[in-house]
Amino acid sequence: MFIKRKYFFEYLWEGLLKISGGLTSVAILLIVIFLFSEGIGIFNNSAVEEGYSIIVGKDNDVENLSGEKIKDIFDQKIVSWKTLGTTIENHDSIMLLRLDDIASYVSENKIASDFSNLPQIIEQIMKDNPSVIGFLPSEYINKDSDYRILDLGKIKPKDFFFGKQWFPTAQPSPLFGVLPIVLGTLLVSLIAILIALPFGLAVAIYSAELASEKVAKLIRPVIELLAGIPSVVYGFFGLIVIVPLIQKLFNLDVGETALAGSIILAIMALPTIITIAQDAIMSTPRSMKEASLALGANKWQTIKKVIIPYSISGITAGVVLGIGRAIGETMAVLMVTGNAAVIPTTLLEPVRTIPATIAAELGEAPKGGAHYEALFALGCILFIFTLVINLIVEYISSKNKNKA
Amino acid sequence: MKKTLKTTLAALIIAFAGLNVNGQKVKGSDSVLPLSQNEAQAYQKKGGNVSVTGGGSGVGIAALIDGTTDIAQSSRELKFSERAKLKSLKKDIKEVTIARDALTVIINPNNKVKKLTVEQLEKIFTGEITNWKQVGGDDMKIIVYCRESSSGTYEFFKEHVMNNKNYASSVLSLPATGAVVQSVKQTKGAIGYIGLAYVTEGIKEVEVMKDNKKFPIIRPLLYFYDVKNEKKVKPFIDFVLSSEGQNIVKQTGYLPVK
Repeated sequence: MFIKRKYFFEYLWEGLLKISGGLTSVAILLIVIFLFSEGIGIFNNSAVEEGYSIIVGKDNDVENLSGEKIKDIFDQKIVSWKTLGTTIENHDSIMLLRLDDIASYVSENKIASDFSNLPQIIEQIMKDNPSVIGFLPSEYINKDSDYRILDLGKIKPKDFFFGKQWFPTAQPSPLFGVLPIVLGTLLVSLIAILIALPFGLAVAIYSAELASEKVAKLIRPVIELLAGIPSVVYGFFGLIVIVPLIQKLFNLDVGETALAGSIILAIMALPTIITIAQDAIMSTPRSMKEASLALGANKWQTIKKVIIPYSISGITAGVVLGIGRAIGETMAVLMVTGNAAVIPTTLLEPVRTIPATIAAELGEAPKGGAHYEALFALGCILFIFTLVINLIVEYISSKNKNKA
Repeated sequence: MKKTLKTTLAALIIAFAGLNVNGQKVKGSDSVLPLSQNEAQAYQKKGGNVSVTGGGSGVGIAALIDGTTDIAQSSRELKFSERAKLKSLKKDIKEVTIARDALTVIINPNNKVKKLTVEQLEKIFTGEITNWKQVGGDDMKIIVYCRESSSGTYEFFKEHVMNNKNYASSVLSLPATGAVVQSVKQTKGAIGYIGLAYVTEGIKEVEVMKDNKKFPIIRPLLYFYDVKNEKKVKPFIDFVLSSEGQNIVKQTGYLPVK
């Protein structure tokens, strides 16, 4: 009886472990599927804001207006139809018609209190003013009227991945160009690693090989402490200390730059790089080190010729994981990089990163809308980045095993 | 042990049930949220019962249309489409202004510019004017700080000051008003906008002019409710509009309406 009960518990434990493992895998898979199904939805959205139509006069033969052109028209940066390749007799300057503008075309008391006569009013306005471009709720638009409904089609992958403007709340045509954001993310993370690599490697070698036991015992908890500080605190530190410092040092107009983000991320990636590189260095067999020393090599020669070559794959894995940490970091970057969605040309300019964009905008994006799905698509891009990084780590550490 | 557990549970259930009896739900704008919370707390001390949640002005109004909230709090007027929707549902909605929120344009104290016209502000925020010397200041670049696009303040400024044009893509957007203040403090060429309640030392307010007159950037903070529900929500709204309630408005950092 006693033995049976023991077996029973063993089976129970095994079963529980199996179930929890299975559940976790399924949950992760579901999250990935959810992420991608929401993200891909962006390309099913119409390029014009949901529930609205863009209309022009019936003689206006303008075609193929891109989202960026539409935005410039409604921002009054493009004011003439001629620049868009269309000529309208005697009416070249573009007039805008949004709901709020209707009162400037007809007197307010002509509009019925329940707006029931709006379709007729709109039709009249369009007839009287051939140079009008209108942006109106679709419910007030008649399909078979004297004006033409512009069909901008759906959001195209080309405009999404290679678009240079991120204006997710622009009316009438939101712009979802992720290129500046993706480039910003890559720039900030790569520079962060370039900064962190020499320091991380130096600390790892020092504490693993050179430091006396006392010092090594002191360094390790400090590094671990570094990993435990919440990212908001790093961000705050960056905003108050590093941003003004960079501003003064480089005599800049503005201190919130990619460089500030990179420095903060470098500090945050250090613990990852140090601990993994340290483990790799310490796993160098004692016999190899002693053989090198016995051949008359000094400490530095041993480190350079024996230890680093032996542990290089472990060090690389640490670096790549550090990149992964940097690429997904949200809060600290959100606070110090200035978040301007422009394509970065130097390090001393504000940039916007993917995680910061998602964190800042998801709160207000209406569920299921184009903006919401665009943020999910950004999440997919980030996911693919980190997936690639993890695959690289996997590959490097498998190489390491073969060597051992 | 079991007994205490049971009593706690029972107490909790009663408490939750109590919340819903005669309780009013207020939902909507995050800008109005701290004010509504303070008002609700004071009102609760008098025996009333109000629960407040945020989510954004649009969310609150949508909930009011669906009938899932009693009061919608909003930092903007009803949109045309919302009014049209209410009309089609034959719902009669009443609007009460409970407070006002003023935005102020701030710059670095070292900047000698004192006044800006609305047209100049529009051009600065859309990126047409990029140097302070174009508006009578020193020769330095203008650094524009604004809030994230999810913020109601962002939309309000765009509608009210920028003539509905889009911000330049080079503006720096910050996640919180406190961060805007901090950045303007430490950046010479900075300009930004904040709620009146956030004005502190180390920044300078600019007078905004329109047609040679001061142009206040003020928005109403509103409560909307269904007229059918008037009996239920009136006591709370009356409390907010009372001198005690308006005192709380002042303490929260907004401008009272009475």
